[in-house]
Amino acid sequence: MTGLGTALVGLGAILVLAAIFGQLLREAIAPDGSHPLIETMNARIAAWWAFAVLMALALLAGKAGVIGLFLLVSFSALREFLTLTTKSIADHWTLAASFFFVLPLQYLFLAAEWQSLMALFVPVHVFLLLPVISALQGRPEQFLARVAETQWAVMICIYCVSHVPALLWLPIPGFEGRNLLLIAFLVLVVQTSDIAQFAISRGIGRRLIAPALSASKTWEGTAGGILMAVLVGGALSWLTPFSPLQAMGMSLALALMGFFGDLVMTAIKRDKGVRDWGHLIAPHGGFLDRLDSVIFAAPIFYQLTRVFWANP
Amino acid sequence: MAGLTRIKALPYRIVTKLAGDAISLFARLLTAPRAIWAGSEPRHGPRVYYSNHTSNADFVLIWTVLPPVLRSRTRPVAALDYWLASPLRAFAGRDVFRAVLIDRRPEARTEDPVTQMTTALDAGSALILFPEGRRNTSDAPLLPFKSGLFHLARQRPAVDLIPVWISNLNHVMPRGKVIPVPLICTVTFGAPIRIAPDEPKERFLTRAAAALAELGAAR
Repeated sequence: MTGLGTALVGLGAILVLAAIFGQLLREAIAPDGSHPLIETMNARIAAWWAFAVLMALALLAGKAGVIGLFLLVSFSALREFLTLTTKSIADHWTLAASFFFVLPLQYLFLAAEWQSLMALFVPVHVFLLLPVISALQGRPEQFLARVAETQWAVMICIYCVSHVPALLWLPIPGFEGRNLLLIAFLVLVVQTSDIAQFAISRGIGRRLIAPALSASKTWEGTAGGILMAVLVGGALSWLTPFSPLQAMGMSLALALMGFFGDLVMTAIKRDKGVRDWGHLIAPHGGFLDRLDSVIFAAPIFYQLTRVFWANP
Repeated sequence: MAGLTRIKALPYRIVTKLAGDAISLFARLLTAPRAIWAGSEPRHGPRVYYSNHTSNADFVLIWTVLPPVLRSRTRPVAALDYWLASPLRAFAGRDVFRAVLIDRRPEARTEDPVTQMTTALDAGSALILFPEGRRNTSDAPLLPFKSGLFHLARQRPAVDLIPVWISNLNHVMPRGKVIPVPLICTVTFGAPIRIAPDEPKERFLTRAAAALAELGAAR
């Protein structure tokens, strides 16, 4: 385990090296930006930088800053998701409640560190009560599709996303004041796995996992990417309260969840007939396109860390 | 004298500019609108954007996605009775958006609506027009067009008529609801059309509606 200062310097060095490496690779192979793999990788690295800068600014503003940042991420993600879900005019108040009631309340529970409410509010209370608003409007057409898709949006964009900042307040003995590094570990491991899966699939990938969903996900790429993430995660164990072996185990879980997230969210996009969720992070789609794997991995990472490392 | 008037008008211009920017910012936060220019370009000068009408915020969204330099010269054509109903609406409609306000009651009109519109075009402004005449709350993509677009095109046959399809705004702010739901909206600008010499009214309006509906169906 390293001190926070040293760890942050190390993280900064990783980001600088990644950026230099990405630019050199582009200069050497395709300076005109025509190589899709290099461009994808550089876009990811640019997103890490943006995320690191935003996190730094948010942390300067303290707890309120971090809560505010992820509230905005949840808001933008929910806006992207609910744009595509089945809905009718009868769902107007249900949708308004998701944005202006469920979203702030979940982050309020997070800020107040009411962990059990945070864990139960969306999957239990919202799940049972939100459809009531739509039902009271008395329009049964496609009712189940409407309420189920809305609940899915709320689970992904509010519940799952809120588990990323929740990592900051896990009481881990001997790790106090450094919880920020857990977020860095989560993002770096999951996205390394994403990039490596993409790269290896393109390079040596032969057997497609789900041809109807994606022409780029192969068994070879996925296995290789996950292996890569496990190695990188082990090498990053100095960021975390985990031993190198534990960090590798955790990375395996994160990379698997990240892969599942990518797969499931791609299936939803295909179902809805769109290529990307949004356009805010042009030209690489929306928040959900960038974060799908992290969103799936976050709650599992939170729970594993909480059960095995945090004080009860 | 003219210079003095301009200086006196400056605070007023700043206030209306800020109010316009604030409304645009709010629309952006709510709908993260995306403009797709599919067949036309944002450009200065007289032209008519004609669009589907599902919400009172339709023209705000078109106005928001236009490049800022074009906004001050782009005026919505709107109903006088709605926009002068309260001082706040009058400020927004008349002063901020500089709407061309049309009286919907023929018996009370002092000015011909088509003349009002051609005057604005001749002064170099672009217009935003909703040829359906009222908000579409039906299940059909478009209501039948009123004849205003035809008469305007006959008067100024050299002016480009650009179909603009707004998607999703009816879910953001359905008729009669007060609280908007944030959802992503797209504004698609299609290829311009013009009226052909001697083109009959029905054929022209059908063609104009088809050009607009096609943009909607492509989405």
